[in-house]
Amino acid sequence: MMTESTFPLLSALVFLPLAGAVALPFIKDDRTIRLFSLIIGLMETAMALPLLRYQPGVPGFQFVEQIPWVPEWGLTYFLGVDGISLLMILLTVGLLPLCVLCSWNYIGKRIREFHFMLLLMTSACIGVFASLDFVLFYLFWEAMLVPMYLLIAVWGGPRRKYASIKFFLYTLAGSTMLLVAIVAFFNSAGTFSIPELMTREYPFGFQFWAFLAMALAFAVKCPMFPFHTWLPAAHVEAPTAGSVLLASVLLKMGTYGFLRFCIPLTPDAALYFAPLMIGLSIASIIYGGLVALGQQDMKKLIAYSSVGHMGFVTLGIFMFNLRGVEGALLQMLNHGITTGALFMLVGAVYERSHSREIADNMGLGKFLPAYMFFFGLFSLSSLGFPGTNSFVGEVLVLVGAFQSNVIIGALAIPGAMLAAAYMLRLLQKLAWGKPESGSRCTDLSIREWAYLAPLAALVLYIGLAPTRTLSIINPSITDLLETFRSKTAITASIDPAGPHPVPSTLAVNRQEVLK
Amino acid sequence: MTGLLHLLPETFQLVLAIALFVVLLVKPDRETGLKWLPCAALLSLVVTAMSLTQSATLFEGSYRIDGLSQFFKLAVSIGFFVACLNALDHPTLKPTQRTDFFMFLALSAWGLMLLSSAAELMTIFLALEISSYSLYGLIPLRTRDRGAAEAGIKYILFGAAATAISLYGFSYIVAGHQTTYLAELVTRQWSFAAAPGAVIGLIMFMAGFFYKLALFPFHFWCPDVYQGTSNETAAYVATLPKLGAVVILIRLASMLTPGLGATTLIAVIGAVSMTFGNLAALAQKDVKRLLGYSSIAHAGYVTVGLVAGTAEGLAAAAFYSLVYIIMNLTCFWVICRISGDGRNLQLNDLNGMFKTRPALAFVLAVGAFALVGLPPTGGFMGKLFLFSAAWGRGYDWLVILAALNTAISIYYYLNLVRHAYTDEPGESPMPEKTGGVLFAGVLAGATLVLGLFPARFFELAMRVTDIMK
Repeated sequence: MMTESTFPLLSALVFLPLAGAVALPFIKDDRTIRLFSLIIGLMETAMALPLLRYQPGVPGFQFVEQIPWVPEWGLTYFLGVDGISLLMILLTVGLLPLCVLCSWNYIGKRIREFHFMLLLMTSACIGVFASLDFVLFYLFWEAMLVPMYLLIAVWGGPRRKYASIKFFLYTLAGSTMLLVAIVAFFNSAGTFSIPELMTREYPFGFQFWAFLAMALAFAVKCPMFPFHTWLPAAHVEAPTAGSVLLASVLLKMGTYGFLRFCIPLTPDAALYFAPLMIGLSIASIIYGGLVALGQQDMKKLIAYSSVGHMGFVTLGIFMFNLRGVEGALLQMLNHGITTGALFMLVGAVYERSHSREIADNMGLGKFLPAYMFFFGLFSLSSLGFPGTNSFVGEVLVLVGAFQSNVIIGALAIPGAMLAAAYMLRLLQKLAWGKPESGSRCTDLSIREWAYLAPLAALVLYIGLAPTRTLSIINPSITDLLETFRSKTAITASIDPAGPHPVPSTLAVNRQEVLK
Repeated sequence: MTGLLHLLPETFQLVLAIALFVVLLVKPDRETGLKWLPCAALLSLVVTAMSLTQSATLFEGSYRIDGLSQFFKLAVSIGFFVACLNALDHPTLKPTQRTDFFMFLALSAWGLMLLSSAAELMTIFLALEISSYSLYGLIPLRTRDRGAAEAGIKYILFGAAATAISLYGFSYIVAGHQTTYLAELVTRQWSFAAAPGAVIGLIMFMAGFFYKLALFPFHFWCPDVYQGTSNETAAYVATLPKLGAVVILIRLASMLTPGLGATTLIAVIGAVSMTFGNLAALAQKDVKRLLGYSSIAHAGYVTVGLVAGTAEGLAAAAFYSLVYIIMNLTCFWVICRISGDGRNLQLNDLNGMFKTRPALAFVLAVGAFALVGLPPTGGFMGKLFLFSAAWGRGYDWLVILAALNTAISIYYYLNLVRHAYTDEPGESPMPEKTGGVLFAGVLAGATLVLGLFPARFFELAMRVTDIMK
């Protein structure tokens, strides 16, 4: 089932930033601290390259490490990756040096502490995606709150106190019940090991409550429609690197949780609650898009667009078909790349004009051509323009939605159109809006090129040649859905509760398996 | 005589107290350095750690040296060591009272050590009184503050009332089961139908320990005493006496099984405690008062392990109380360092610590997040063990309530961190002393180690379940 590795690659990835953070207090000079963090980031990225040797065809988890941790409770230090987590880890690792670069001038105070938090944050995020022990997962999941809280609270904007407390309270309150669910799973299966938990089946009543407890934590993190209010506040106040990490990595943890836990562990409940989740996803898409349309603050606009984009991801997940889930996972990666880059761009223009208002940053096209080129590229990607990465993901999700139910697909379409409307409005004002305000600004520096170019390359690479990426995630998703179907099919046939909530989904899924 | 070897930790602690008494007699009026005291306390810690594996039954079965007692003796001596070190620069103590202060401290810790081993109701009662009487003398020792005397009176009055209830319950237990030996009491019936008198007696007897632990109906003294007494005394009162209460409750809880009326009552008391403590703490401005309410809530968390009725549950309760004293001492250590002249700290006094004293701010953050129960601190592991032990034993609602309480408590603990990290500093503070900061780091490190590598410590805590065999 699992492929053992000889070199503890994942541990090295988790602990290198941590070791870097521990070394930081011994470095005196600010510039050296930045350089040191950058080098740690580059080393981390280089070290993550062997992960590309991941063999998609081999089922189960790879690069697995397992060491006993607390034997009395069966806790193990258990890491591994599959197609679902691999891309997320690569994304997290790759963003670290870029975050250091984009904070080079932006962060002017407490530089050592800032990089300390950044490195700690990266460690925790990689840990979240690599953990195969439920408690270890929870440990990283919660541990990441503290550095993120401090990133916003210390280096944030004027309303940083409010935003950081709100972020902390929402996400922590959401995940307290996750801990109870973990305990309950342990009690019924006798293990905290995620792969083992996945092989068990649980009674529907248990799944019902376990799903709700877990879904609350993940929905807050995503964030889904009624739980999203912490996100715009946190995004607007966070420093650029904080926003980037928040958008690119933190939000993905929510949807990752749905994929990793809700679907395999509580399949019946997931199916039962699918209409609710689909409804909330569509609400997120439409609501996020509409609110984004009316924003004057660029960061707020992108934050609300994230709500909409994450709605597409959850929509894809709860279609329970190959196209939908595949698209959702790809969209997670895409959103990480595109929105991360957009936040970096907003940060870059903020460094020049000291304002994030659209009105203060109009007509930049004439003076900052290279900047506008990148902004245009990432905006187009954000609205899902063909040839860019998001197009592939969004189309897959929509195909999945239409396969499952035409009405759901039709409801999601306006979301895609809204995205075009608010992104093009922003792009147009920034490039050609009047009065022009960019006359005294300088165009992108080499440092800025360095952190934008890799993301731009990825946008085009995934957009034009998605096969390699899809081939990594495809087998894992197929596995996930086959297990899901075999588990739900048994209970569905003996389920006395009457007609199935989403019969069409099942029907389509079965046909696909037969193919 | 080999039996006396088993008593090494207690003996050492008693010798320490007597030595302080001698110092008091020899130099009654003069200021004494007492620099040797932390070393002696450390030695006591070493002695206790060495006798960790002892086991014996002494004094006609009224005194047991077992895994439970040795684990708690170790915890007591750790706490005593930290409390001594913490109070060495006690700013609100007359120089002439210093020796008295430490003598009471040592005697109280000695009483708690006796309490850990007491296995007979009368012995338990005597040990409880030894540890309490010293505290009655300790709490009012604070110069320039009338509130301390008030706190002392409150502690004595509540203590006396709780003790009376305890003794009254004791009479019922004797009447119901005709024995005071725990070893025999364990074999008796504890359902309300079989022995109503004894069950009522047991609950009343436990009341004395609910008082020590500051569980809900007996909690009123807690915030007032913490606020009134000096910071250094509060650090002691908030931590060690709770250990004494938990050890006895663990011994008594081994008689109870889930579903019994008495067990459910404890669960309800725990539930009310944690909810009340957390809600009341939300409104506090005085840091010690806030920690007082927080300790009421934490007493409630410990009951989650007590009602589980399994070996794991009791071990989890023991582990949690070890974590509890470490994380609380961490917070109190920082408070004592910040409050240079020994005044009570308000939340606003923490403002801007991040800039003026970054190391202490970090340690305070570790302590506060541990009290919340955030990983990777010991507070999280403690809660995880408690929850895992109690789930599926009929008290799922208590686990859910405890988890919800985490969400309530986050606000006021985070407030500590928020003031330290996001507010601008007020007046320029006194410089940090290197020694104080270093030891703060040690305490924070211990909190993290308990969270990251709990295996070894939990193994020790599992030894407390000897008593169930």
